[in-house]
Amino acid sequence: MKAHLSRRYLFSASHRLLSEAMSNEENQTTYGKCNNPYGHGHNYTVEVTVSGPVDPQTGMVCNLTDLDGFIGREVLVRFDHENLNMLPQFAHEVPTTENLCIQIYEIVQRGFHLAHLERVRIEETMMNSFEYSG
Amino acid sequence: MVYLTRKAEFSASHLYHNPDFTPEENRRVFGKCNNPHGHGHNYTLEVTVKGEVDPRSGFVVDLKQLKEIMHREVLDAMDHRFLNKEVPEFQHQIPTTENIAIAIWQRLAPKLARAQLHRVRVYETPDLFVDFFGEE
Repeated sequence: MKAHLSRRYLFSASHRLLSEAMSNEENQTTYGKCNNPYGHGHNYTVEVTVSGPVDPQTGMVCNLTDLDGFIGREVLVRFDHENLNMLPQFAHEVPTTENLCIQIYEIVQRGFHLAHLERVRIEETMMNSFEYSG
Repeated sequence: MVYLTRKAEFSASHLYHNPDFTPEENRRVFGKCNNPHGHGHNYTLEVTVKGEVDPRSGFVVDLKQLKEIMHREVLDAMDHRFLNKEVPEFQHQIPTTENIAIAIWQRLAPKLARAQLHRVRVYETPDLFVDFFGEE
């Protein structure tokens, strides 16, 4: 029997929204205060949803220890308390939460094979959230 | 089609143990969830039903009836209970959040008259929850 398991993780990071493809004025108009020169930060919540048949031996879709370990090593260590603009993966990409969501989805999709990845959802603040399902 | 979600809370204890595993295996797979005397959670249950809106009542489902069914079928059985010992489904099944969501679905689905069960979501903690949509 197939179930969906969702786990929420927290990390904090800073970013500045700035597109190489735009003039200074256009960046300012498009991103508003998110374009302020020295950046700003958020407490991000990442919600990872995986699915699969419930193993009759364990009662689990996958062992949370494995999922927590993977997300800790491959996602949280990479992004927590970092300036996203300084990371190589955002060298030529604007670190919007849309792009962050896609990057985290791809990290999990590529590296975690103990259950099927359904969705990555990120809350940037209590008011904004973003989802990517591939 | 309109979806309606009703929440409820219950508190219960459980432990994870598979009698087919060795003690070492139980400890390795289930970690502290295998502690012998159990531990507890405040669970939040979200039941989502779907259906067409009845033109006479304007309801997808009579919330009072849904609430009564949830109380009778789920909360009376699970709230303030030791799931492994007191809930029949978990005599031979490990009361993981996955299996709790499935058991709640199986208890509720046959009791709903007009509306159709869409999803059972069980939060074990605010950071861990399981969705069950029936047998897909």
